[in-house]
Amino acid sequence: MRRFLRPGHDPVRERLKRDLFQFNKTVEHGFPHQPSALGYSPFLRLMAIGTRSGAIKLYGAPGVEFMGLHEENNTVMQIHFIPDQCQLVTLLDDNSLHLWSLKQHSGASELREEHHFTLKGPPGSPPSATQITVVLPHSSREVLYLGTESGNIFVVELPSFKVLEDRTITSEAVLQRVPEDSCTRRSCELVEALREHPKNPDQILIGYSRGLIVLWDLQNNKATHHFLGSQQLENLYWQRDGSKFISCHYDGSYTQWPVSSDNRQPEPLENLVPYGPFPCKAISKIYWQTTKNGLPYIIFQGGMPRASYGDRHSISVVHGSQQTAFDFTSRVIDFFIIFSSEPTAEFDDPSAMVVLAEEELVVIDLKTAGWPAVHPPYLASLHCSAITCSHHVSNIPLKLWERIISAGSKQNVHYSTMPWPIDGGTNIAPDPPQRDLLLTGHEDGTVRFWDASGVCLHLLYKLSTVRVFLTDADPNDNMNTLGEDEWPPLRKVGTFDPYSDDPRLGIQKIYLCKYSGYLAVAGTAGQVLVMELNDEDAEHVVDHAEADLLQDQEGYRWKGHEKLRTRDGAVRFEAGFQPFVLVQCQPPAVVTSLALHSEWKLVAFGTSHGFGLFDHQQKRLVFVKCTLHPSDQLALEGPLSRVKSLKKSLRQSFRRIRRSRVSSRKRRGGSGNASEVQEANAKFDQDALQEMELAPVQRKIEARSAEDSFTGFVRTLYFADTFLRDSSRHCPSLWAGTNGGTVYAFCLRVPPAERRMDEPVRAEQAKEIQLMHRAPVVGILVLDGRSTPLPEPLEVAHDLSKSPDMQGSHQLLVVSEEQFKVFTLPKVSSKLKLKLTALEGCRVRKVTVANFGSCKTDDYSENDLAVLTNLGDIQIISLPFLKLQIRYPCIRKEDVSGIASCVFTKYGQGFYLISPSEFERFSLSTKWLVEPRCIVDTPEVTSNNHVHNKPGVENAAR
Amino acid sequence: EFRRFSLERSKPGKFEEFYGLLQHVHKIPNVDVLVGYTDIHGDLLPINNDDNYHKAVSTANPLLRIFIQRKEDADYSAFGTDTMTRKKNVLSNVLRPDNHKKKPHIVISMPQDFRPVSSIIDVDILPETHRRVRLYKYGTDKPLGFYIRDGSSVRVTPHGLEKVPGIFISRLVPGGLAQSTGLLAVNDEVLEVNGIEVSGKSLDQVTDMMIANSRNLIITVRPANQRNNVVRNSRTSGSSGQSTESSLPSSTPNILANLLHGEEESDEEDIIIEDSGEPQQIPKAAPTTESLESLAQIELLHESTQNGFLPSSEMNFNHSVGSISMEFEVQDPEHKPLEEDGTIITL
Repeated sequence: MRRFLRPGHDPVRERLKRDLFQFNKTVEHGFPHQPSALGYSPFLRLMAIGTRSGAIKLYGAPGVEFMGLHEENNTVMQIHFIPDQCQLVTLLDDNSLHLWSLKQHSGASELREEHHFTLKGPPGSPPSATQITVVLPHSSREVLYLGTESGNIFVVELPSFKVLEDRTITSEAVLQRVPEDSCTRRSCELVEALREHPKNPDQILIGYSRGLIVLWDLQNNKATHHFLGSQQLENLYWQRDGSKFISCHYDGSYTQWPVSSDNRQPEPLENLVPYGPFPCKAISKIYWQTTKNGLPYIIFQGGMPRASYGDRHSISVVHGSQQTAFDFTSRVIDFFIIFSSEPTAEFDDPSAMVVLAEEELVVIDLKTAGWPAVHPPYLASLHCSAITCSHHVSNIPLKLWERIISAGSKQNVHYSTMPWPIDGGTNIAPDPPQRDLLLTGHEDGTVRFWDASGVCLHLLYKLSTVRVFLTDADPNDNMNTLGEDEWPPLRKVGTFDPYSDDPRLGIQKIYLCKYSGYLAVAGTAGQVLVMELNDEDAEHVVDHAEADLLQDQEGYRWKGHEKLRTRDGAVRFEAGFQPFVLVQCQPPAVVTSLALHSEWKLVAFGTSHGFGLFDHQQKRLVFVKCTLHPSDQLALEGPLSRVKSLKKSLRQSFRRIRRSRVSSRKRRGGSGNASEVQEANAKFDQDALQEMELAPVQRKIEARSAEDSFTGFVRTLYFADTFLRDSSRHCPSLWAGTNGGTVYAFCLRVPPAERRMDEPVRAEQAKEIQLMHRAPVVGILVLDGRSTPLPEPLEVAHDLSKSPDMQGSHQLLVVSEEQFKVFTLPKVSSKLKLKLTALEGCRVRKVTVANFGSCKTDDYSENDLAVLTNLGDIQIISLPFLKLQIRYPCIRKEDVSGIASCVFTKYGQGFYLISPSEFERFSLSTKWLVEPRCIVDTPEVTSNNHVHNKPGVENAAR
Repeated sequence: EFRRFSLERSKPGKFEEFYGLLQHVHKIPNVDVLVGYTDIHGDLLPINNDDNYHKAVSTANPLLRIFIQRKEDADYSAFGTDTMTRKKNVLSNVLRPDNHKKKPHIVISMPQDFRPVSSIIDVDILPETHRRVRLYKYGTDKPLGFYIRDGSSVRVTPHGLEKVPGIFISRLVPGGLAQSTGLLAVNDEVLEVNGIEVSGKSLDQVTDMMIANSRNLIITVRPANQRNNVVRNSRTSGSSGQSTESSLPSSTPNILANLLHGEEESDEEDIIIEDSGEPQQIPKAAPTTESLESLAQIELLHESTQNGFLPSSEMNFNHSVGSISMEFEVQDPEHKPLEEDGTIITL
């Protein structure tokens, strides 16, 4: 009768499921996609980043982060913290203002939207009348000054957003109070800058686009001074004592102006075009920072000579005779300077410059000579070269962890030792329960090792495989080496570099053995590297072997890329993972599966043509097996179509880059333009929609046949010590699953340790299973006598796992895209199956065994399968009975790259890319949950009594 | 020549034994023959397995008239519905063999050598506006041959008429299985795939479900053309001659459920090659006797009902050259009949 009970009708099991499984999206790692605004609160020491999709993210000390999402999916144009408050105001591109606040709730702070508001003009007025261009939160914390395109400045009360109409500073009022000879009506169009006087809160400096600058007295409603610039104004900045200010202009010049009581219409003190004399681009933002030693820092964005350096994204720092133009890898969104914010301090004494570029965050230490960059503890640019694959390793032994960190620290010598300057808030999340590594493979042939234990995804170490190969690009070509007398004094900063010299270097598969420190990495041109962790630099020859996967296939012509050329002789490798074996598959097709057994010292690899086994101890190829179906013409003739598609995708990605540049440029052009872009986009969408409706979508219903293309494509490889031949003796075995639903099992003879170098490893095919439904095999797993998955190699040797049960009968689990099947071993008979696709119409994309612990008791845990389907659902399926436990929608089904990028951890968490630069972290487990939990204190302050607590310093120094 | 002999009605025994008895009675031990009988409606029906043999014995009233023909000059078209009302023709065929010589002699196999490629099932449990069609893909080179698309249909709901999204057949490939059955047509709305409703599922999901079930695809459709629907509980044959299913045994109501659990097990046995030896079908681990028996019954039932209605256009040879027949692994000698009749799996 039992089998007629529907799963999920057992109340005991239902209760247990609630204690085991829970779905949460916990935190976003990496760099926000398409950032559009930056804000900083010197009081809270928190930084805020807004994005084009309407998200705002706050960051403080490592682990302190908050996220908020505007209901409207509009671009965040500006972010302003309210002085000395836990509040901030955002301006969106629909001209709406939003007030957010950090409030404490059950012991932790939360970011919430309080109000929103859209400035409305009198009926009949043009939209530009109320189009906000500048926002100035007044230090009284009671009002916001809003500069508009019309030249009027509106005043709204906080937090109610009530417009105080009697306090509006109209352009007419300003004009009346300025001598007529110097101004026309037009000079008061569009407010470009608003700056409060640093000492006198009753005075604000108003900068109009056409160059007129007015110092306005709020009390008496009159202009105390006016300044006439000859150039179109871009921005303004006060000197700390309020005796001077600086303006920057469209023509690449900046001007210093004195403010004194005796002269109501002063002349400029100094007017300079720093990168003249030829026409220069606009300086869009400028800082003037005073120091104890008298020499100020002038820091400005842009101003490059238009013709020769007009395409650079630069910020220049001038301090006495020192001048550097930091050259960023992508467009600069905004920047700010961290300086002494104590009102009692006499000087600014800037300590760091924080620059938000479109693709990365760069922080420059201004206190250390040479102005080195600071290594950010978060906001890592995951996509500095496109991510091609990822691999997660849970629970790293401390020894290996320390060795990786030490290898990484040797790479980071050029970074500043300054503690992280943005250190607001306190991280109150419990320490991560274990050390986890996330490894990402990149298009440029590098593998990055990330500390994925906690909320901050932090780069530990970067490995490059490029050194092994001869490529067109000279690795010694250093972009930073510029001559002393080079002008402008450009210095490249940042790591974002999306252009790969050679796509063949791309990393496709990674396998790290956490016990032995062996790492196997495989790439696009059929290269497989086995590496070992070495704490010292070393120079050695990489053993090189070739694996001909075609063997005696006739009439084959590979039309794809050539294999990579290797360097002859010894190669110098820096401390860290150093390759000692290179196997190159022939034909050099992309490696589609990889497995490493560190105990047997074997590495297995598969491509679309077959698979091979390499003994990396004896450095000998054990065997290769061709999996090509004789009729698979496409694979036989080489991946012509794939080459095409690669080219196509490259072209598309370039186009995309170009498009994003175009659109971002348009966006900068002001909101009038932005709405045009939106309109055009909407029109395009509509056209696309219509096109779709015209061409009816239909799907062919056809059974899969053995003649389909790419049936030989090796999807999965698995090592197991199990009963392959008879039930009395177990032996090492290698399992391979193909796209055509075939599973091959090879019986291996690995000589005992003492004769390991003397006797060859032997392999013999023992079984071949053809699944009749012919769906691609995506996972193979052997369950021991207790139905527990076999442990990883060396896991038992390190006492981290119980040794597998070798008495009872083993079972083989084969996961295809459509079905889960359990077979008995050694005699293969089918025992159980779950036909996922036939029942639900979804297909398996990713599958892993995950251990789930109960949140109620410490002594209960079980192994289940975590499955991601092509619909973006996550399902948990029990082992060994293959019963569906629970299902959660996780990724949109249209988000193909998100689904493809998903990795599961061993303890029921996972990561997937929500943009090229961001991983979303999710958790299926009630027990293992990594999410930010932090607190931002809100001390009661008055304007002359700043209470400063910096609880985050400790964390930052960590 | 005529022979008359008696059988114990309550214990008819197995068809094998009966066949042996016939051969013995007629003294033709080594001649392959075709056995038929006339049922109560006057139809000439074949006897070729235990099941229809038992059925035949049970219909004896009290005499059971059995026709025996040599296999090589048998006229297969003689079998089927209404055959005995066309007795004249049959007899004339039998009596005047020279009729045959007018057309070239076509050798076609015995009914049990055929495999069904499609059928209408569950007529008695479905609304008359729906049709449940089963397509048997395995072994044939013929493509399933149809396409589906998104569309919308009007439904009666508690809130009145509502337009709801649906999945429709958009195209039939000429010469494909779907077209050759004549049971599916363009613009038929797909309601279920192998017993699972498609409402709420996307086109891609339904595509994947159909492909995953392609070896034994059961689709429930609402035909665009409602004029050919089966008229239930009526003895008269529909104009298209598709009503034979209405004489299905009374066990039909749960037949789809049975199919899902029973048939599925046998529909796609995976194949294993041990030590580079011969490919073999992977057996089920430790099957219970009970479930095997019920499985066998369902299969036989089905087989026989299929045989009752098989227009030649819907039949296919199993013995196609080049296909490899697999051995079904014998686990329990008691179930020998099942293996004999068991599906022969082709690669």
